[in-house]
Amino acid sequence: MPSSNPAGSVADRAAAIAAVHAGREGPLLPVLHDVQAAFGHIPADAVPAIAAALNLSRAEVHGVVTFYHDFRTAPAGRRVVKLCRAEACQAAGGAAVAEALLARLGIGWGGTTADGAVTVEAVYCLGLCACAPAALVDGAPAGRLDAEALAAAVQA
Amino acid sequence: MRVFVPQDAAARAVGADLVATALAAAAARLGIDLALVRTGSRGMVWLEPLVEVEVAGVRRGFGPAAPEDAAAILDGTSPKALGPVADLPWMRGQLRLTFARVGVTDPLSLADYAAHGGWRGLAAARAMDPAAVVAAVKASGLRGRGGAGFPAGIKWDTVRTAPGPLKSVVCNADEGDSGTFADRMLMEGDPFCLIEGMAIAAHAVGAQTGYIYIRSEYPDAIRVMEAAVSAARPLVAPFEIEVRVGAGAYVCGEETALLNSLEGRRGEVRAKPPLPALQGLFGRPTVVNNVLTLAAVPHILAEGPEGYAALGTGRSRGTIPLQIAGNVRRGGLYEAPFGLTLGQIVHDIAGGTATGRPVKAVQVGGPLGAWFPPALFDTVIDYEAFAAAGGLIGHAGIVVMDDTADMLAMARFAMEFCAIESCGKCTPCRIGAVRGVETIDRIAAGDLAALPLLADLCATMKAGSLCALGGFTPYPVMSAVTHFPDDFRRMARAAE
Repeated sequence: MPSSNPAGSVADRAAAIAAVHAGREGPLLPVLHDVQAAFGHIPADAVPAIAAALNLSRAEVHGVVTFYHDFRTAPAGRRVVKLCRAEACQAAGGAAVAEALLARLGIGWGGTTADGAVTVEAVYCLGLCACAPAALVDGAPAGRLDAEALAAAVQA
Repeated sequence: MRVFVPQDAAARAVGADLVATALAAAAARLGIDLALVRTGSRGMVWLEPLVEVEVAGVRRGFGPAAPEDAAAILDGTSPKALGPVADLPWMRGQLRLTFARVGVTDPLSLADYAAHGGWRGLAAARAMDPAAVVAAVKASGLRGRGGAGFPAGIKWDTVRTAPGPLKSVVCNADEGDSGTFADRMLMEGDPFCLIEGMAIAAHAVGAQTGYIYIRSEYPDAIRVMEAAVSAARPLVAPFEIEVRVGAGAYVCGEETALLNSLEGRRGEVRAKPPLPALQGLFGRPTVVNNVLTLAAVPHILAEGPEGYAALGTGRSRGTIPLQIAGNVRRGGLYEAPFGLTLGQIVHDIAGGTATGRPVKAVQVGGPLGAWFPPALFDTVIDYEAFAAAGGLIGHAGIVVMDDTADMLAMARFAMEFCAIESCGKCTPCRIGAVRGVETIDRIAAGDLAALPLLADLCATMKAGSLCALGGFTPYPVMSAVTHFPDDFRRMARAAE
C-alpha cells in the first residue's frame, strides 16, 4: 500500500539506483544488490519502483527477490555472520562450532539476536575448505574456527 | 628486502593481514627497507599465512606465520623457516600450468603478468585464424573443468559456426561445490590469466561481450576480478568483459540457470535443447566455460597444444587442479596431470587425516559427488575411471572424513541440501529431495523397508531431473548406502 513521505523516498531512491543500471543487459541483479546495499534489505516499496524503472512487472521483480537467498525483505542485525555448513566444514568439526555459536546467541539459523546485534546465516561453502571450519563476518573471511575463535570474531 | 604475503581469502582467514601489518612495523623498527608484495596463495593452505622472503633471488618460506614472528622472519632466525618454497615436496610434486603464476606474482600488476609469460597466448591466438584457434583447443584435449568434462574445442566450434551477429563468452565462476576453491584462488591470485583465456575464446568464436558470473560468497575474488577487468580493458578491446555477482543460489552454477540469472531472472534451469552454444545468453550463441577451463587456454595457445595433450591418461588430457580439504593434515591446491590415484592424493599428498584417525570416506566432486571408501582408493583421477567407479570428478574437490563420520547423516545432508537449493522447475528434484529427507529419517528410525524406497526415489531423480542438482544428488546418497551399509542399519540392529 502506498504511504506518505518515508515510503516515497524509498521508491525514489530505488528508482534512482535502477536508473544507474538501466542501460546494462539484464540489470535486475545488480540493481537489487545496490538497493540492498543502500537499505540493508529490499524494502517492499522499492519493488514497484524498480519494476517501473526497468519495464518489468512487479511479479517479475518479486519473483527474483524471493528466489535468491541473499536478498532480504527485512533488515538483518548490525553484524552478519555467514557460517559454512557444507561437507568440508562438517569434516573439520563445523557443526559443533555452529551449534555453540547459535546456543550462545540464543538464535537459530537465519535468526537475529533480540538486541539486533547479530544475524547468523547458513551458507554452503565459502571456498575456505582447506582452513575449515570457516565463516564470513561482515564480509571478512575467518578460518580454522573453534567455538572460542568464532565467538571472538563475532564480538570483535 | 622483498617479502611476499598472500592476500588470498584463505590466507586472510587465518591472519595474513595481521602478519603483513606486523612485518611492516618490524621492518620499520629494524631499519629494513621492506618491499611488501601481496600475492595469491601457493595452495599450501595448512602453512598459511605463508610468508616468503627473497634472499639472493630465492624465495624462502616461513609458516604458518603469526604476527609475533615478524621480526625473526625478517632477521632470518625464525624457527618457522621452511627453506626455499620451490623445493618443498608439495611444490616439487606438481606441474603447475594453470596455476603457474598464482602465489608468485602480484595479481593486479600488469607488468608482473607480462614478465611471467602473460598475454603470449592471446598474441598467438590473434595471429591465427579463429578456426585454427579452435583446432588448437581441440588438439589439446582440454575438457570442461566445471564437472561435465565436455570437450572445450567442440563447444567453441559450435559457437564459432553458429549464425548470429552477436555472441558472448560467459565464465562460470559460481564455484559452489563444497571442497572446491580453485576458481576462487585463480581469480584472486592470477585474474589476468582468466581474462586472457576469455579474450582468446572471444577471438575464436567471434564474441563481442563477456561476463564473469562470480558467487557473492567470494567478496575478495569479486574485488580483485573487477579491478583486473578494468586494468586489462585496453588489452582485450574491442572485447568487453563485465563482472556480475550472484546472489546465493547454488543452482546458478548450472549453466542455463546461470544464464537466466545473468539476464535478471530467477535462476531456474532451462530445458536443453536448445544448447547455450546455439541459443544462450539473450538467445545468442554463447560459450559457457568454467574458470579453470578458460584459464587453461593461455598456456595451450602460448606453448602449443601438443605438450598439454601429452599429459594425462586415457581421454583426460592435461593437468587438473585438485583441491584437497576436510579432515586432512595438508589441505590445499595441487595441480598435476590426470592419473594420480585417490589413495596417493589422500595418503601421500594430504598426509592422511588431521585427527590421526583412519579415513572412512572421501567425497570427490562436491555435494553431488559420490563417497568413496578406502577400498576404492586405487581409482585413478580420470573422467572415465570415476564414472566407471560410480562417481564423478566434478570440479575436482576432495573432502576427507575420518571414521567418526556418520554416512547416513551425510546422505541425509545431501537430500536436505538439494531441497534447499532446488530451483523448483522440475518435480523429481523439487519433491524428490524433500521425500528423500523423510525416507532417510525413516531408515534412521529403524525402518529398513524404506531402503528400497530410497533406491527407487534416487533412480527417479537421476533419470528424471532437468539438471545435475536433482540428477546427481543420488550419487552421494546411494554411494553412502552401497559402501557404508552398517550406518543405515544401526537403529534396526539395535532394536533386534
